[in-house]
Amino acid sequence: MTVASVAQASARTEEGWRQLHPRTVWVTALTIAGILAGLAVPIVIGMAGDVPIWLSGVVALGAIALVSGVAALVDLMRWRYTTYRVTDERVELRYAWVLHKLRSVPRERVRTVDMTANPLQRVFGLAKVTIGTGQQSGEHSHVTLDPVDKTVAEELRRLLLHRDTVVASPPGGPEIAALSWRWLRYAPISVTTPILGAAAFGAVMQVSDWFKLQGAVFHAVRQLFGGLSVVGLVAVLVAIGVAVGVIGSLGLFVEMWYRYRLSREDGNIVMTRGLLTTRSLSLERRRLRGVEVIEPLGARLAGAARVDVIATGMTKKTDEDKTDPKTILPPAPYETARRVAADVLGSPAATATAVIRHPRAALWRRVRWALYSVAAVAAALAVLGWLLTDVLLHLAWISAVVLTPVAVLLAVESYRNLGHGLAKDHLVTRHGVGARRTAALERTGVIGWTITSSPFQRRAGLLTLHATTAANKGAYPVYDVATNEGLHFAAEAVPGLLTPFLEHEN
Amino acid sequence: MEGQIRLRPPRHRVDPRAVRYWMTGEAISNVVVAAVLGVLAWLIEPARPWLLLAVGVALLVGVPYMIVMPLWRYRVHRWEVTDEAVYTRTGWLWQEWRIAPMSRIQTVDTARGPLEQAFRLSSVTVTTASAAGPLKIKGLDHEVAADLAQKLTEVTQANRGDAT
Repeated sequence: MTVASVAQASARTEEGWRQLHPRTVWVTALTIAGILAGLAVPIVIGMAGDVPIWLSGVVALGAIALVSGVAALVDLMRWRYTTYRVTDERVELRYAWVLHKLRSVPRERVRTVDMTANPLQRVFGLAKVTIGTGQQSGEHSHVTLDPVDKTVAEELRRLLLHRDTVVASPPGGPEIAALSWRWLRYAPISVTTPILGAAAFGAVMQVSDWFKLQGAVFHAVRQLFGGLSVVGLVAVLVAIGVAVGVIGSLGLFVEMWYRYRLSREDGNIVMTRGLLTTRSLSLERRRLRGVEVIEPLGARLAGAARVDVIATGMTKKTDEDKTDPKTILPPAPYETARRVAADVLGSPAATATAVIRHPRAALWRRVRWALYSVAAVAAALAVLGWLLTDVLLHLAWISAVVLTPVAVLLAVESYRNLGHGLAKDHLVTRHGVGARRTAALERTGVIGWTITSSPFQRRAGLLTLHATTAANKGAYPVYDVATNEGLHFAAEAVPGLLTPFLEHEN
Repeated sequence: MEGQIRLRPPRHRVDPRAVRYWMTGEAISNVVVAAVLGVLAWLIEPARPWLLLAVGVALLVGVPYMIVMPLWRYRVHRWEVTDEAVYTRTGWLWQEWRIAPMSRIQTVDTARGPLEQAFRLSSVTVTTASAAGPLKIKGLDHEVAADLAQKLTEVTQANRGDAT
């Protein structure tokens, strides 16, 4: 039995109960020591003027040793009293000291087995395993084994996601996609670039502030670019910021997507990726409800798109993750995204379905919103200008002149991205301003409809539909569709659900 | 189905006492706002004209709202349960229709706040596996709500599977 082969990995067993890996204690101690060292260095250097550096250094080292020791001890107790087992029916995690806890998940409910390993865990040959049930009821739907041996983790993943097959196919089934270094060119044209650029300046200011060197930094900058005018200086700083942002976003891309591979294993979708922190995410076929092809503005202009899965019980994005676990393809040429979406979905619905445009009234609504928001900004500035200073009055008309075309352009763009359509097994909706999102949702995965209308929509003969689903954010929208067309669409997409509540207009 | 179609209203209205319940709720808010501003006006002499103006504006908006909104809302709020699905309509200016098939219902709750209690009203909340919010039927008579919850619970218990 495969269960037994996993079981032998642990020494202390009792009815199949096994322990986590003891090296977790080292990982915890070193992690804490690393964080504390990072905090201590600026403090020690900052105090160098008042206290001899060897003294503060010794105190800091002592404190680090003490705190990491305590952390190691706490983790040792956690390790000592935590056991888990995989029986024929259930996966169970037990903690039995002072406070007794038992979490038990039926194996037939297991939908995800995700493995992550940060660099330190990788050095020690460990991995964290998260076993999920696909329910979105938070913490209780997961069993986290933190950590187990890497090979045990791999074995658990294969064991838990295989149903009836005892004979496992060799690892690495048919490949759907693998990293192409040409995709690297899409990494800088995203929001990460300006964010990282700005963050770099912030970091320089922060660090120089720790060392009380902010004045010196400004001085050095003035020395370096002394000959430049203010405009020239700003241009140079922006250029540096952009350069840092580009390098940063490239680095981030490599860290996240190094050795990216998407494959199919026993019908499940398996994705592995990561340079320093490695990740392996498995998605059971039964959880899949569709895919979403997303074209952020920069990527769209470069002819690229990324692909997200729509699946039940996805773990939420956490601070540790730099991308959503639901992204199964980083920005890649549209043709690749199209192929991956079709392959995962088993249908070209997401990109091949003809989407029906929405009525003109939807465009006028958007143009009206655009003009109202510009008017609101201009009016606010004008009122303030009338009360306070004439400068704001000028700002008011300038902003009206500049913002109006921008806002109208965004309105038109938003309208042009609206669309919906039906494929054999999927319904397709498209919307977005900036990022264009095209979702293909399984028609059998629709678990209800929400239909909303505002007084303005009713007058224009429009309504907004949301197809609700158990996956991801819970609903996929069809904005501002003509009443008749929208209701026909919803009734046809999920036969029998809406039809009893429709009537012919007299 | 061809030609011009529209959503028909769900079959049942909520309890007529809901109108008085909504009105009372709005009346309480109006009294609280007016009282707070009034007390401030009494205490802070320099700002008195402005605060009294604020009271006037609040009541000018609040009192018509207190009368119009509940009557309008009562015309809109409707619900229906068939063998196949739960169907609700809520809102007043902004209206919302929700449909959830019986087979996808996960939990059914009834709740009543202190004010609802005073009018012998309850609300029924029907959740599905979607993260986009439950169906809510507010302003039902106690007994109607209890019967409805009972019926829905029986149906959902008969359904196997995880309703996703």
